[in-house]
Amino acid sequence: MAGTAVRGRLTWQTATVAAVMDETPRVRTLLLEMPGWPGRSVGRQRAGQHVDIRLTAEDGYQAERAYSIASAPGEDLAITVERLDDGEVSPYLTEEVRAGDVLEVRGPIGGYFVWENGFGGPLLLVAGGSGVVPLRSILRHRARTGSLVPVRLLYSSRNWADVIYRAELDGLVSGGVEVVYTLTGSQPPGWRGYARRVDARMLAEVAWPAAPSPAGSPSDGPLAYVCGPTSFVESVAAGLVGLGYPAGRVKTERFGATGG
Amino acid sequence: MSDAALDGNAIGGLLIEVFGAEMTTATGTCASCGAVRQVAELTVYRPGLGTVVRCRSCDAVLMVFVEMRGITCVDLTGLASLGSRLRGYRRLRR
Amino acid sequence: MSPISRGFHRKRADAPADRVPPGQYVTTDFPVLSAGPTPHTALDRWSFSITGGRETKSWTWEEFRALPTETLTTDIHCVTRWSKLDTRWEGVSLDVLLAAVSYDARYALAFSDGGYTTNVPVADLLGGRAWVAFGYGGAPLGAEHGGPARLLVPHLYFWKSAKWVRGLRLRATDEPGFWENYGYHMYGDPWREQRYAGD
Repeated sequence: MAGTAVRGRLTWQTATVAAVMDETPRVRTLLLEMPGWPGRSVGRQRAGQHVDIRLTAEDGYQAERAYSIASAPGEDLAITVERLDDGEVSPYLTEEVRAGDVLEVRGPIGGYFVWENGFGGPLLLVAGGSGVVPLRSILRHRARTGSLVPVRLLYSSRNWADVIYRAELDGLVSGGVEVVYTLTGSQPPGWRGYARRVDARMLAEVAWPAAPSPAGSPSDGPLAYVCGPTSFVESVAAGLVGLGYPAGRVKTERFGATGG
Repeated sequence: MSDAALDGNAIGGLLIEVFGAEMTTATGTCASCGAVRQVAELTVYRPGLGTVVRCRSCDAVLMVFVEMRGITCVDLTGLASLGSRLRGYRRLRR
Repeated sequence: MSPISRGFHRKRADAPADRVPPGQYVTTDFPVLSAGPTPHTALDRWSFSITGGRETKSWTWEEFRALPTETLTTDIHCVTRWSKLDTRWEGVSLDVLLAAVSYDARYALAFSDGGYTTNVPVADLLGGRAWVAFGYGGAPLGAEHGGPARLLVPHLYFWKSAKWVRGLRLRATDEPGFWENYGYHMYGDPWREQRYAGD
């Protein structure tokens, strides 16, 4: 397994905002220019990792937050940030920041919520809101490496306007990628998809069947990545284990509480 | 389960600062109930005063990190052991 | 030296300086900050106890709610730098609770469901400065904010106002509680900015 070792300490590096792209009314992607971004070399970033971002104010006050990397290994660094109403950092990153601004980056970080082609499959990716960000890195990495592992993305969003990367996800639906949306708040006219929070019945309909043989090796059978608000992740992970997924084949990343 | 809780993924950077290595896949053994889990799957609370890492099975405190005046205080006494390929710790018996 | 991020600043205080201790900003939110999961103790199993006096004194929920109560409006200050002004509470004064106990201890360790502890001098619990609060904003105190009852000592940093409080251990010496063990100030006066030991 490549790249698990991090020798010594990570350091803070200065990055310049190269561009900002509004994905939805509350979500923005920042393209960051960072000489020496390890992720530009495929072996030094793993799909699903995050970076820590640090901001310094004129009076010396500093704030740090972790954001999932939206870009794949080999690409320039991009992060996608959702505005939290009572946040201190996210309103700044989603509303104030513009090209040319600087911030500090530490990373890439993470050795657990990562995917590589050799991990087996099929892949089940389950996203709650902005939990789709690290899963998008996994999907881009899968495409860039020409992987044929089948993947289903189950993406829970409040409404259609809040779906992040919508056009990109539409474009992926061909090379072995299925995308299933559930819109929990409001749905567009004519919507025939799921319209409720992810529950056991939905998982039973969407998730790959769990490996049939209990005697199978630990790396057989579907591999699930679940990311989003904490209560979402807990509910989905429990649901997948209830369907027979071994706990070790359900990877989780909790974003904490989100507003609303 | 509290919606304010995170998991060990969120403190990956802090752990590299403290241990000098990627630790989210290190396995921790709870000194209270014996549960064994990867750090990424432990429950993490960050109320601003510090970082409290708890056993997902029994909620016992496993690790506490408090940073003040540029120094990070590390309390691992809730762990019986913490191990990875690069770093290993075992609590001394008294 | 870290580069400055243009236009980034901490949340600012916009209240008169005599209401806001040094280093604080005013928020209209009520942040939920916890070191552990929210306990849910059924009221028929709840009790508040004071130990370390001549005898242990304990109240059930019914007995506790039969005690005289007060309503108060006060400002609260968290060591994480937010302050919330004019918060409304309802509770039982520690003057009432401690009057039921015979003791000569000078210090108290408050203890809570879930294992949290914090230390406060007994003198700071008396004189109308501390309550066991069961109501907030005109409604029963919500679990995420410490309900069914929390300690309320608003003249000290809010980590001293232990959520889910279940009692006090009276002691002759001042023993550090959960955060104090890791270096937070033993007393915690926001107006002298006593955040950490040695401040």
